[in-house]
Amino acid sequence: MNITTQVFEMPLLGPALPEILLACGALLMLIIGAIRGQAAQRLIDILAMVLLLGALVLVLGQDNAKVTTFERAFVSDGFARFMKVLTLGGSLMTILLSMDYLKSRGIEKFEYPILITLATLGMMMMISANDLMALYIGLELQSLALYVVASIHRDDAKSTEAGLKYFVLGALSSGMLLYGASLIYGFTGNVNFDAIALVLQGKAAAGAVFGLVFLMAGLAFKVSAVPFHMWTPDVYEGSPTPVTAFFAGAPKMAAMALFVRVMMEAFPGITQQWQQIVTFLAIASMVLGAFAAIGQQNLKRLMAYSSIANMGYALTSLAAGNEAGVQGVLVFMATYLMMTAGVFACILALRTEHGHAETINDLAGLSRTRPGIAFVLAMLMFSLVGIPPLAGFFGKFYAFAAAVNAKLYVLAVIGIVSSVVSAFYYLRIVKVMYFDEGEARYRDGAMEVKLVLGLSFGFVFLFGLIAGPIVTMAQAAAKSLF
Amino acid sequence: MILGLGILSGLIILPLVGALFIAFALKDDAAGLRNTRWVALWTTLAVFILALFAWKDFDTAKAGFQLVERREWLSKAIVYQLGVDGISMPFVLLTAFLMPFCILASWESITQRLREYMIAFLVLETMMLGVFVALDTVLFYVFFEAGLIPMFLIIGVWGGKRRIYASFKLFLYTLLGSVLMLLAIMAMYWDAGTTDIIKLLAHKFDGKLQFWLWLAFFASFAVKMPMWPVHTWLPDAHVEAPTAGSVILAGILLKMGGYGFIRFSLPMFPEASHLFAPLVFALSVIAIVYTSLVAMMQDDIKKLIAYSSVAHMGFVTMGIFSGNVQGVQGAVFQMVSHGLVSGALFLCVGIIYDRMHTREITAYGGLVNRMPWYALAFMVFTMANVGLPGTSGFVGEFLTLLGAFKANTWVAFIATTGVILSACYALWLFARVVFGEITRPVFETIPDLDRREMAMLAPLVVLVIYYGVQPGPILDACAASVEGILKVYEAAAATMARTALVVQ
Repeated sequence: MNITTQVFEMPLLGPALPEILLACGALLMLIIGAIRGQAAQRLIDILAMVLLLGALVLVLGQDNAKVTTFERAFVSDGFARFMKVLTLGGSLMTILLSMDYLKSRGIEKFEYPILITLATLGMMMMISANDLMALYIGLELQSLALYVVASIHRDDAKSTEAGLKYFVLGALSSGMLLYGASLIYGFTGNVNFDAIALVLQGKAAAGAVFGLVFLMAGLAFKVSAVPFHMWTPDVYEGSPTPVTAFFAGAPKMAAMALFVRVMMEAFPGITQQWQQIVTFLAIASMVLGAFAAIGQQNLKRLMAYSSIANMGYALTSLAAGNEAGVQGVLVFMATYLMMTAGVFACILALRTEHGHAETINDLAGLSRTRPGIAFVLAMLMFSLVGIPPLAGFFGKFYAFAAAVNAKLYVLAVIGIVSSVVSAFYYLRIVKVMYFDEGEARYRDGAMEVKLVLGLSFGFVFLFGLIAGPIVTMAQAAAKSLF
Repeated sequence: MILGLGILSGLIILPLVGALFIAFALKDDAAGLRNTRWVALWTTLAVFILALFAWKDFDTAKAGFQLVERREWLSKAIVYQLGVDGISMPFVLLTAFLMPFCILASWESITQRLREYMIAFLVLETMMLGVFVALDTVLFYVFFEAGLIPMFLIIGVWGGKRRIYASFKLFLYTLLGSVLMLLAIMAMYWDAGTTDIIKLLAHKFDGKLQFWLWLAFFASFAVKMPMWPVHTWLPDAHVEAPTAGSVILAGILLKMGGYGFIRFSLPMFPEASHLFAPLVFALSVIAIVYTSLVAMMQDDIKKLIAYSSVAHMGFVTMGIFSGNVQGVQGAVFQMVSHGLVSGALFLCVGIIYDRMHTREITAYGGLVNRMPWYALAFMVFTMANVGLPGTSGFVGEFLTLLGAFKANTWVAFIATTGVILSACYALWLFARVVFGEITRPVFETIPDLDRREMAMLAPLVVLVIYYGVQPGPILDACAASVEGILKVYEAAAATMARTALVVQ
């Protein structure tokens, strides 16, 4: 008689292979760091990049078919694949952008790349989350790592303040999200997205909608949509610049992916209900992002408001609540990631003895002293305005086309008009660089920063030529949610 | 076909090749700057010659699109498609023709950042040609909007004292109009399932949708034209822009609005066009009379010509929406003629500005005594601006008025007073600048046109007079296409009249 009955079945590991690689790798790096200390800095930098690159290769190697594992808590599909590529790309670029900056400020720590890796792991968990538990675990793993990186410059009052602010407000939002999640569980009896969708088909229990509102508040905090955006300008300004670049990139990808997946997978039956909320978030973000940035002098604060407005555009696309909407979000996020990476690479490439370019006026006359970087930054600004044939135009095109498709005309008109308002402050940067006289003297940027700069510029400038394949990929990825 | 690219792609790519060459192969030393000028000039001349080849292959008897190139771009529905018909062909030629003059006009006056300047102009040429040959609404929008980047920089970097204000105003005004058109393009995409202009022309949009689509396109084109009351960016932009910038602005960029009305509004939304025609008439008439009066009161030569441009564009919109052959053909002719005449007038202003560095009308006087050749050329263009028979200006104004007369007598009546007013401000300007005694000693030594300036103005004088007595080439070129467009429009107008009767 066979008494060892199978009580535990090994879950399918294949779909989560990139995550497993990152988790094991991060632990390994931690051990190396603990044993060898600061001497292992370069090694760990490189190891982190190799790990992220490895995960990227693994993700690319997966196919678009939908596979779930770990009791349906973890899902791998085309949508996850697309967003994971963006997230990993964002993290990789962050490490490249950080090395020189941290060294010049004397705050190089071996924990930094490890924290980035762990945050990335959390983001990938978020993207692949298929139930409320996995969602929360991913979100917290990411957030905890991010709180620490925000205050990595711990002798600097602003950096510590940024970390603390982010932590307190982040914890609050996590609390709200958790409260919403428990309400949803209570009213639907499930944590799994597909199961929740089945229960909520056609009819919306008031309690579940109540929970949904809290859940969305938590998610809105993570994508920094108005009215949950208050932390963004302060954290962006206070954090070390490469960390700001990180915040503006990869975590936004993950949070937006999560937002899309929760709405599309768990609540497709009550689209009417959440559509109103998303529409409000989108309008508020776009309008505030456009108007509040006008008065800003600090480049990082300006980028904070810019990213708030940009999240508004992505939410505009999500508000459509259909396949075109998801495709719009994907194309938009891809262009947004490369544009912000480019802008921060430009800032980081402008070094002086005392630091980096901080305010808009630091850029005065840049077109004469550093014509190359001035041109790249100008093109990035035009792209952020949404002027064709640059990448930003195509992102906005697909985002707004989705809203028009869903007949959300008022949303589309308000959004596109606020994008004209935002043109004013983007153009001001071009004006300062090209029309004003000034003596902006800067040293040459670091090699790896220039690499990111070149990559992002190529992507943004020539997007019109490569748009076809990217749009097709986004379309295929969007299909996997329907 | 070379490398799978047709002649129209060649037109778009060639200026970019020149720009890339200047950017990467030339340096900022004396030899490099000399070569920059010549490379820019030869590039624009080559584009013009290529445009002439396109013209040779073009069959004016056909109404449809010709020289069509098509390849997949964003998806199967959003394509890279180029082609010309009788309406776009004249504008392609006009653009290619005016560009060498712009380069020549900047030959000596631009001393700062010459390479960037020439690159900006060549890129701008690509975008302008693209607007006229694009046969996909998204592609059209890309070119339409992308031209803003070089224009913004041209005014902002090389402009006058208030260049920053002017460049921002130009950019934001135009952008605000255009984004609304972009939303309309999206709505059309979802309604028709394509952005291919040939297919969209065959698609019938629902009446209610047409209403909104027409308004959205109107927002964009009315700003670009510009029509009263959204014309205020134009005088600022003209005054601050360098000479060549003004030439391009008046000569070509303004024509994009009129071209857009004929290409999109009239044939795609015929019912809405018919519905809104009275509105356009009213705005056009106001533009003609009001801006002519404003022009009379200007102290700055460029500003005066800018306001006169708004008035002349009023004739164009009036002609287009009169919805008959004379009106639309007259509008096309008026646009081409105004492109030549206003471009030439700005070149004339640039010539004396280079010598005296002022555009105040009162600062001049008695130029005829020292600059007889200049006075002659300026006179021809002034007469053409007034619309004197025998110059190209007459044909366009006459035809548009004829068209308007058929559509609405009162509109034609009031618009005709604009002709008188234009005579007032144009002749008065000419008299104050050119005639009279030499009042200031500096004018005693002012030199007449040199060879470069002669070469710039002579072809324009010839063309302005040639088209004045021989308007056939342009009118024949657009005849077949205009007829095709009007067939749709008249059918829609007739249906609407029938339904109106039924309702009564």
